[in-house]
Amino acid sequence: MTDEKTLGTDEPTTEIVDVWVAGTEEAQFQPTTEPDQEIGVDESDERLSEQFGTVIEDDYVFDDEVQDDERMIVNMGPQHPSTHGVLRLQIELEGEIIRRTKPIIGYLHTGMEKTAEQLTFGQGPTNVTRMDYLAPLHCELAYSLAVENLLDIEVPERASAIRILMTELNRIASHLVALATNGMDIGALSMMLYGFRERESILAFFEKTTGLRMNHNYIRPGGVAADLAPGWKDDVSAILTDFPGRLDQYDDLLKENPIWLARTRGIGVISQEEAIAFSITGPILRATGVDWDLRKAFPYSGIEKYEFDVVTGENGDVYDRYRVRVLEIVESLKIVEQVMDTMPKGDYRVDDRKVTPPPRARIDESMEALIHHFKLFTEGFKVPAGETYVAVESPRGELGCYLVSDGEANPYRMHTRAPSFYNLQSLPITMADSLMADTVATIASMDPVMGDVDR
Amino acid sequence: MTDVLATLAEGFEDVTWSESHGQDVVHVPNETWKTFAEAAKKAGFEFCSDVTAVDWMRQRPDRFEIVANLVSMQHRIRLRIRTSVGREDPKVDSLAPLWPGAAFAEREVFDMFGIVFEGHPDLTRILMPDDWDGHPLRKDFGVGSVPVQFKQSHKVG
Repeated sequence: MTDEKTLGTDEPTTEIVDVWVAGTEEAQFQPTTEPDQEIGVDESDERLSEQFGTVIEDDYVFDDEVQDDERMIVNMGPQHPSTHGVLRLQIELEGEIIRRTKPIIGYLHTGMEKTAEQLTFGQGPTNVTRMDYLAPLHCELAYSLAVENLLDIEVPERASAIRILMTELNRIASHLVALATNGMDIGALSMMLYGFRERESILAFFEKTTGLRMNHNYIRPGGVAADLAPGWKDDVSAILTDFPGRLDQYDDLLKENPIWLARTRGIGVISQEEAIAFSITGPILRATGVDWDLRKAFPYSGIEKYEFDVVTGENGDVYDRYRVRVLEIVESLKIVEQVMDTMPKGDYRVDDRKVTPPPRARIDESMEALIHHFKLFTEGFKVPAGETYVAVESPRGELGCYLVSDGEANPYRMHTRAPSFYNLQSLPITMADSLMADTVATIASMDPVMGDVDR
Repeated sequence: MTDVLATLAEGFEDVTWSESHGQDVVHVPNETWKTFAEAAKKAGFEFCSDVTAVDWMRQRPDRFEIVANLVSMQHRIRLRIRTSVGREDPKVDSLAPLWPGAAFAEREVFDMFGIVFEGHPDLTRILMPDDWDGHPLRKDFGVGSVPVQFKQSHKVG
């Protein structure tokens, strides 16, 4: 015994006497001459009496306490093909069972909220569209709605309808990637190929409309950047006629596939209460059975005009999240069809020269138009002081934009409530006491986009 | 103001209610931040959707403003609660014991603004590296720049 253990404590040190060393009168045990077999001083009487044979136990009971050398901390990521970007997990394992998980993020942090303070309100969509790169249009929509809310302007009906059309198509594209990567991670490689193949038709439509496949910068404060391309109805109709059959193919592939069921049913379960407590939104929340969808709860851009259902699951496991995503594609297709049939005529951006640039042809004719154009692109438009929070339902959940203006042409503060960031908090719960082999399935079903998490 | 908010407002005299672009906002003194949040949770705001902060530098006497967005799923309303903390030793009670989902958001605010949340289970940096100096979203944190190689063009003639 050394004094080191008792240093710093005020308690009186009780000296522990080894019976055979100190030579006390009442020796309880026969001393042994071999030093290796000394009896540990902190062992309890029951344990000792078991060892000495006075108490006989029939069964050998495994200790609940796990030795330190059986517990292992494994690092997964940040560079790991199944972590969907640069997600790093610290996993504490007991054998093959995960006890604790800690998501470590920030590898893709690029300071977009700081960047937004340097850019004008008009340049903002270029920045936010790079956050959630699988749902860029939703990011632009949330930002633009926030700016319009501060400006107190109403966009034309056609602009709202185009926004809904584009964001719902974007939701389909994003869910397809979620299904594809979820399939790939569990070993259903065909799903990966099919998912990306179908997404291509939507991206082609985006390219035709916005000029880019990703990072569109299409939805801007005041409306959208350009009107729909001529013949857009044919493209959308093609998507609408193609997709139901394709979704049946996915169902054939996965829905009753015994391997898929074994890998997803009852895996990564999260309860309703946990999901609400941990601020989890989107398909993960709906898979637990909560019918919470911002498109119904707090409608935006006139989405309340279209008929669709909120899809919910029951068990909150990986399978339910997969089903919710598939059925949400069906619902989004319904919305897209209704928007296509009822697309209003009119302007695609607000007729306010302080916010939207004049048409190109006007610049050659009108001095005022030239000045407006020049002013908009050099110093931007000023937004009255105020603050607002606007949220839209992105494919991953509540995507909010908290915007503060102090009356200048740049946002004073722009904060994005990133759904993936909050949804990642569910990983320690869903993965606790599950098998290491199910990690990948659980992560994939959360569908985190690291650009959205880290911003 | 809906009934839910009216009953919530009854118990507190020192809070300021306002409306910003049709959204209900309430400003709470720093001391009653947690008690108010508890009352809000009891009143039906079971979902904390977001916690963030704004750095007002010299524009306001209290430099930082903490903003939390609450959602009541049962009543389908939103409420934004705000509080101010001063320049020196910015501290506020953590909301994470009430809404565990606020934990990540408060870590982000701590990381970006250096505001300490008392009672937070794990207040560490989340987005920036652990050994990073300073808090990037403060207004006095520079944006920095990268030297440009060909800034000066050749003079012709």
